[in-house]
Amino acid sequence: MASQGSMRLAAFDEMLPEVSGLRRPYSAYDRWLKEQDPARLTEKMQDAERVFRKTGITFAVYGEQEASERLIPFDIVPRIISGNEWRRLTQGIEQRVQALNAFLDDIYHRQEILRAGRVPRELIARNEAFLPEMIGVRPPAGVYTHIIGVDIVRISEDEFYVLEDNARTPSGVSYMLENRETMMQLFPELFQKIKVRPVENYPQLLRQSLAAVRPQSTKGAPTIAVLTPGSFNSAYFEHAFLADQMGVQLVEGQDLRVVDGHVAMRTTEGYKQIDVLYRRVDDSYLDPLTFRPDSALGIPGIMDVYRAGNITIANAPGTGIADDKAIYSYMPEIIEFYTGRKAILGNIPTWRCSEPDSLKYVLEHIDELVIKEVHGSGGYGMLVGPAATKKECETFAKKLQAKPSNYIAQPTLALSTCPILTEKGLAPRHVDLRPYVLVSDRIQIVPGGLTRVALKEGSLVVNSSQGGGTKDTWVLDD
Amino acid sequence: MLLGRTANGLYWMNRYIERAENMARLVDAGLRMALTRTQSASEEWNSVLLSAGSDVTFSQKYSDYTAANVADFLLRDTSNPSSTMASIETARNNARMVRTALTRETWESINEAWMSLKRMLARPIDERDLPSVLDAIKRETALIRGSFYGTMLRNEIFDFSQLGTYVERADNTARILDVKYYVLLPSISWVGSTLDNYQWESILRSVSAHRSYRWVYDADYKPTNIADYLILNVRMPRSLMFCYRFLSEHLEFLGDDYGERHACHATAEKTQTMLRAGSIKGIFDAGLHEFLANFIRDNTKLGEEIAQDYRFN
Repeated sequence: MASQGSMRLAAFDEMLPEVSGLRRPYSAYDRWLKEQDPARLTEKMQDAERVFRKTGITFAVYGEQEASERLIPFDIVPRIISGNEWRRLTQGIEQRVQALNAFLDDIYHRQEILRAGRVPRELIARNEAFLPEMIGVRPPAGVYTHIIGVDIVRISEDEFYVLEDNARTPSGVSYMLENRETMMQLFPELFQKIKVRPVENYPQLLRQSLAAVRPQSTKGAPTIAVLTPGSFNSAYFEHAFLADQMGVQLVEGQDLRVVDGHVAMRTTEGYKQIDVLYRRVDDSYLDPLTFRPDSALGIPGIMDVYRAGNITIANAPGTGIADDKAIYSYMPEIIEFYTGRKAILGNIPTWRCSEPDSLKYVLEHIDELVIKEVHGSGGYGMLVGPAATKKECETFAKKLQAKPSNYIAQPTLALSTCPILTEKGLAPRHVDLRPYVLVSDRIQIVPGGLTRVALKEGSLVVNSSQGGGTKDTWVLDD
Repeated sequence: MLLGRTANGLYWMNRYIERAENMARLVDAGLRMALTRTQSASEEWNSVLLSAGSDVTFSQKYSDYTAANVADFLLRDTSNPSSTMASIETARNNARMVRTALTRETWESINEAWMSLKRMLARPIDERDLPSVLDAIKRETALIRGSFYGTMLRNEIFDFSQLGTYVERADNTARILDVKYYVLLPSISWVGSTLDNYQWESILRSVSAHRSYRWVYDADYKPTNIADYLILNVRMPRSLMFCYRFLSEHLEFLGDDYGERHACHATAEKTQTMLRAGSIKGIFDAGLHEFLANFIRDNTKLGEEIAQDYRFN
C-alpha cells in the first residue's frame, strides 16, 4: 500500500533538471560540494541536529504525547534562488498582498466586490472567518494583514503558483532565521564564496513595521508586545524568539487587561500601556466579551479598545476571510478587481465542490486530485488522490458528498524537487516556499523564506506536522 | 520594568534550581552518615527527609527508611514536587516561560541539565552509582550557575533571580540546622563524642562546608563554631547572614531602580540587622530552636511580600 501522499511524478529538479543539466544558481554550490568529503557532510548533519536540540528549537505536535517536543528535521543542502527569479516572485507577491488588504478593507466597508458580483455574497456572509464585529472598523494606518506568509510552489523553470495565502498568523519565520544561523555556523566558508542576500534583519524590520502602524494617538515611541497563548503552544518557541529578537515583551492574556481605555500589561511597577500587539492567538480567543466567552487566552474588552482606535492588533481580527480556501479560488478576480491588472503569480486551478458541476468532476476524478478542507490547515484532513487506496478514496467521497461546500479540489501538481542529503548521498525531494511579507506604509519582503521539504521519497506533503523538514533558502545577490 | 509573570518565573526558576541541588547535597550527607554508622541509619534518613521538608509525603509512600528509598524519593520521584527531577523540570518550565529574559547560554545550560538528568534519572539508581549521580547533579547546577553569572546583565532580571536563589537557600540552611539543632546544644561534657562528631560533620556536609570550616575555625568541630559558621559568617556562601546580605542588596537595587520601597524591604532589613547585631552566644541563650523557627517564618513571609510587592502572585 502506498503511504499517504507518496507517488512517482516527473518533477522539475531545481538543481539538476534531467534535460538541461546543472542550473546556474547552483553552479558555485555544486563546485564546493564536489570538493567535500562525504563523511564530513554526514558529521555536519549531526552537528546541525545537536545545535537545534540544545537551543530548544522544538515543535510541539498536537496528538503525539510522548513526542511532545520534537525537532523539525533540517537538511543542510540549501535551496537556491537567483536574483532574477526572486525579482519576479516579489512583484507577484507585492501585487497579491496589496489586493488582500484592499479586499479586506472593502469587505468590511462598502463591499463593492460583492455588489459587482465578482465574489458571491453567500461566501462571505456564511463564512466563520468573516467577523461582523469588524464591519465599519478601520484599523490604524488602514492595514489589515501586516504579516503574511505566501506559500508558493514551482512546477517548471518558469511556472510558479500560489498555493495558499497565510494572512492570519503565519508561522515558521523563526526557522528561516535559525536555519540561516545554523548554516553560517556549519559552513562559514560557503558564505564567503557565494553572495547570499541576508535575512537576519527580519526582526528589526518587523519591529519598525509594527511601530509604523501604531495608533494615531500614541505619544512617543510605541510600546509593542507579542501575545502568545503560552509556553505549551506548538509555536511558543517562535513567539519567544521574535519577542526576544525585537526586544519587546512576550505577554499572555493573563498579563493584560483594559485600564482607562487602553490595553495594559501588569508589570513589576504596575500597569503599562501597550500600543501595538502582535498577536499569535486566533480571532475567536482574542476577547471573551466579543468572541468565545470561555477563552482564557484573550483580553476581556480589547475589541472595544480596538474599535476606539487605541491599539493596533496585528494581524487585524477578521483577516481570515482573505485566506480562506474558498476565497482563494477567487484570488485572480480579486487581484484584477483591486489592482486593475492580471495576477502576476497564478493560482492553482481549483474546483469548488460547492458548485454542482465541479463536485461532479471531482467525484469522477477523485483518484487524480488533491482534496482539501476549506477551513483546514497543517495538512490535516486532506486526500492526495493518486497516493490513496481505492478504499480511502471511497471513504473520502462519502465525506465530500455529505458536505460539498466544505471542500475544494486541485490537480496533483508535480512540485519541484531539491536535493537533500541522505545516507546514500543526494536525493531529490519535493519542496515549497514560504516568503514572509511585512506591510505597513510600505511592503517589504525578506529575500528568502522558509523552504519546506517532504523528507519521504516521493511524498508531496511538506507540512512539519506530517513529517516534513526545512532547508535554508538562499536568494543570490546577482 | 518586567512583566509580573516574568518576575515570578525568574524567581521560581532559581528557587527550583537551588532546590534541585540542595536535594543532592542532603542525600550526599545522609549517605555519608549511613556509610559510617550502620546502627541508626534509618534515623539519619528520617532527618534528611525532615530537612528536605518531605517527611510526610515520604511516609505516605514508604515504610522503610533505606538509602535506596530516600534517594529515589528525593532525586527521581516526580510525584514529589521537591525532588531533583521535579525541581529541574519546574525550573525548566519557568525558564521556557521567561526565555526572552535569559541569555542563550543560561537557557541552554538549563535545557541541557534537564535533558541529561532526565536521561540519568530515567531508571532507579543503582546504589553503586549513587555517588556519581550526585556529582552529576551538582555539576549540572554548577554549569547553570556559571553561565548565569557569566552572561547575565546585572539588571532587575538578575535581581529577581537572585531573590529566588537566596530565599530558597536561607530556608534550606535554616531547616538543616533546625532538624539537628539538638546535637548542637551544649552537652554536659562540652567534648563531643564520636557520635557527635559524625553529626556535626554531617551538618557541614549538607551545606558543602566540611572542608572550608577548617580554614576558618580550629580543626576541631565545636557546636558553637558550626552554628556561627552557618548562621552569622558573612563569608560562608550558604550562611543565613550571607543570604540576607545579598537579599538586601538586590532589594535595594530594585528599590533604587523603581524609586519605591515596599514591605519586603523592611522585612529583609529587619532580619539583616538582627543577624548583624547578633552573637552566637545570644542566639544559644535565647534558644537555638526558637531562633530558627522565627527565622524560617520571617523568611517565608519575605518571599510572600516580594511576590505581592512586585505583582507576581
